[in-house]
Amino acid sequence: MSFQPLHFYQTGTFTIGNRLLGEEDRTVQSDIRRTNSLNSGHRACQGCGEALGARFAIDAAMNAARGRLIAANATGCLEVFSTPYPETSWQIPWIHSLFGNTAAVATGIAAAIKVKRQKGEMADVRVVAQGGDGGTTDIGFGCLSGMFERNDDVLYICYDNGGYMNTGVQRSSATPPAARTATTMPVGPEPGNVFGQGKFVPAIAMAHEIPYVATATVAGLHDLEYKVTKAMGMRGARYIHILVPCPLGWGAASQDTIKLARLAKETGIFPVFEAEHGEVTGVLKIRRQQPVEEYLRLQKRYAHLFGKAPAVATIARLQAAADKNIRKYGLLDQEAN
Amino acid sequence: MLKQTEGSHAVAEAVALCRPEVICAYPISPQTHIVEGLGEMVKAGEVENCEFINVESEFAAMSVAIGSSATGARTYTATASQGLLFMVEAVFNASGLGLPIVMTVANRAIGAPINIWNDHSDSLSQRDCGWIQLFAETNQEALDLHIQAFKLAEEVSLPVMVCMDGFILTHAYERVDVPTQEQVDAFLPPYEPRQALDPREPVSIGAMVGPEAFAEVRYLAHAKQMQALGLIPKMAEQFRTAFGRESGGLTRSYLTEDAETIVVAMGSVLGTIKDTVDEMRAAGEKIGVLGITSYRPFPIDSVRAALQNAQRVVVLEKSLAVGIGGILSTDVRMAMSGLQLHGHTVVAGLGGRAITRKSLRALFAKAARGELEHLTFLDLDWNVVNKQLERERTTRRSGPAAESMLRDVGVIAARIG
Repeated sequence: MSFQPLHFYQTGTFTIGNRLLGEEDRTVQSDIRRTNSLNSGHRACQGCGEALGARFAIDAAMNAARGRLIAANATGCLEVFSTPYPETSWQIPWIHSLFGNTAAVATGIAAAIKVKRQKGEMADVRVVAQGGDGGTTDIGFGCLSGMFERNDDVLYICYDNGGYMNTGVQRSSATPPAARTATTMPVGPEPGNVFGQGKFVPAIAMAHEIPYVATATVAGLHDLEYKVTKAMGMRGARYIHILVPCPLGWGAASQDTIKLARLAKETGIFPVFEAEHGEVTGVLKIRRQQPVEEYLRLQKRYAHLFGKAPAVATIARLQAAADKNIRKYGLLDQEAN
Repeated sequence: MLKQTEGSHAVAEAVALCRPEVICAYPISPQTHIVEGLGEMVKAGEVENCEFINVESEFAAMSVAIGSSATGARTYTATASQGLLFMVEAVFNASGLGLPIVMTVANRAIGAPINIWNDHSDSLSQRDCGWIQLFAETNQEALDLHIQAFKLAEEVSLPVMVCMDGFILTHAYERVDVPTQEQVDAFLPPYEPRQALDPREPVSIGAMVGPEAFAEVRYLAHAKQMQALGLIPKMAEQFRTAFGRESGGLTRSYLTEDAETIVVAMGSVLGTIKDTVDEMRAAGEKIGVLGITSYRPFPIDSVRAALQNAQRVVVLEKSLAVGIGGILSTDVRMAMSGLQLHGHTVVAGLGGRAITRKSLRALFAKAARGELEHLTFLDLDWNVVNKQLERERTTRRSGPAAESMLRDVGVIAARIG
C-alpha cells in the first residue's frame, strides 16, 4: 500500500495561523484585530495568490502603520477584482490611477503627506504602492526606478505571478523560461517562453542601493509579515517582491497555490532573501530541496515539457537556473541537508 | 510691485504666491526657467511647506501630481510639447479623477521634425483631455492667469492648463506687476478638496466604472466645464476688483463692434494682430479682433455674439489639423453655425515662424477684398514644397523629407522672420 508521509510543523513559516504560538509570535493574519484591508467579497479567482499576498502584506503594513496607511494600486487583476464599484474591497484609503505610474503616484502621496505633516494637518501617514509584475517590471518600470533613485518614502510591493493574467495570460518580463502564455505558445522549435530573456527586478532594485529590498512568497506568512513590518519600520524607498501563484495563468489547481509557492522556494526557482542598501543581509534557506520537476509538473503552462517525449534538456536548463540561484544566494543550509 | 522680469520668472513668482504644496517637474524647453525658478525658491525656503520633486519623465510628473492632488495638496507642474504628449495618459487621468492640478504649458511645436519653437500644436492636441485651457496674451496675463487658475481649478475640481507662448512670452523680459502675498491670499483661499486620501475617512478613488455609469461620469466632466464657462468671467471680474487690472475671461474683443472682418486668434500673436488692425483702421478698413482666452471650455456663445455682425471671419491659428486645416477654426465654425459669414482658416507661425505685421496686413487686405481661400498657410515657401513634391514624384528613394527640404533652403535658422 502506498502512503504519503505527513509532516507537521507547528511553528515557523510552514504554518499559517500559528495559534499555538505565544501571542507575541503570532502573525497579524492570526489576530482577530487584523484590518482585513482587502476585505472578503472581492472577485478574484478561487485560489488567487495575489489576493492572498495583498491581504497578508497590506494587513501587516496597516499593523505597522497603526492604521494610518494609504495605498496606490496599478491597473491589473488586483485593481479590477477589488473594485467593481460600489463593491470596493478596500478598507483603507486607496487610489488607482494608471497601469504604469503607480510608483510615481505614491511619490506624490508621500510628498503631500510630508507637507501636511509639516503643517500639522495630518498625523504620520505612510504609503504603499502595489502592482503586478507587468505593472512593475514592464510598463511601470521607469516610474519605479525614478522612485527608487530619489529614495522617496514609499514601500512598493510587486505581486509577481509571471505574466499579464488580467488581459488573458500574456508574457511579461517576469515570465519564466519555457512557460506557456498566450504570446509564448508551446509551438515551434523553442516551445513556451524563450530562455535568456526577462529580468529579476529585486536585483535591479538592489542596484539602486535603496534601504530595503526583499522577496517573499505567499507560502511563508511569517517571513512575509516580518519583511513588510521591517520595511515599514524604515524610511525611504523600499521594495518587496512577492511570488503569487496564479491558478488561471499557471494552469494549476486552486488548492495548490500555497504548495506551488512553497515549491518555488524549495526548488530554488524563486530565491527568498532580503537586502539592505544593496547588500544581501539574509536568505530564507531551503528546508527540503525539491527537484524543479516537482514544481513544473503541477502546472499546465509547462505541460509541453512532459509529453510522450519529455523535454529532458529543457527541464535540465530550468534545474540549472534553480541551482544557480541556490549557489548565488546560498539557499542551501549544508548542515540541515 | 512693478518689475522688469522674464515671463517664466513672473509665472514662477505667481505660482509661489499661490502657496503650492507639491511641485514636480521634468525639464523641457521652453518651460525650464519656470521650474528652475520655483526649484530655487523652494530650496531657499522662500515657499513654505512645499515639496519640489525632480522626476524622471513628464509621465511621472503628472503621476506625482495625481498622487499629491488626490492627497489634498495644492499641486503644480509645467511642461511643453513632447513633454505634454509623453504625459498624455496621466493628463486624461487627472481630469477624469477631477483633480485640480495647475500646469503651465509653454507652448511649443511637436515633432517630427523636432522643433523647440513656439506654436500651439501641443496644448491643442489635448483639446479633448478634459482640462480647462486658458491662453495668455502677455506676460502679465500669464502671471495673473495662474492665480485665477488655482481658484478656478479648485472651485470646479478640474485641472487647468495655463498656456503661454514658448520663448515669445516665457523668455521675454517685460514689465509685470507682481501682487503681494496678502493680495493673493485674499483672492485665493486654502485648498479644500472634494476628495482626499485620508485614513480618517477611507475612500477608494479610481475604481472601475462599467457601462452602467460611465456615460454619466463623463457627462459630469462636461457639466463641470460648463460651470467653468460661467465661472471664468466672474473670476476675471473678481480679479479686476482685487488687483485692478483686466486678465482672463472667456474672450476679449478689440474694435469688433462695426467690423466687417474679424480676426480670431489666441495668445501673444494678438498683440501683432491688434497693431496691424490699428494701421488698417487708420486707413479706413473695418476690421477687428477677437481674442480667445478660454479655449476649453470653448465659449461658443460669446464667440457667436462677437462675430454675428461681421461679414467674414479669419481664424489665424498656430496649429494645423493635418488632413482638414485648422483646429481652432473648427470650433469657431461651430460657433458660427447658422450665421451668414465667410470663414477662413490661416495656419501661421508653425514651429516659431515669425508672424509679421507686413504679412498680416497683406493677408487681411486680401480677406477684405474677398480673395482669401478657405485655408491659407501664411508665408509658406512654395518653392521648397514644390521641389520636394517633385523629388518624390520622380524618385522612389527620395530620402528623408525634412532633411532634403532643409538642404533646399540652404541656410540654418535664418528664417525667423
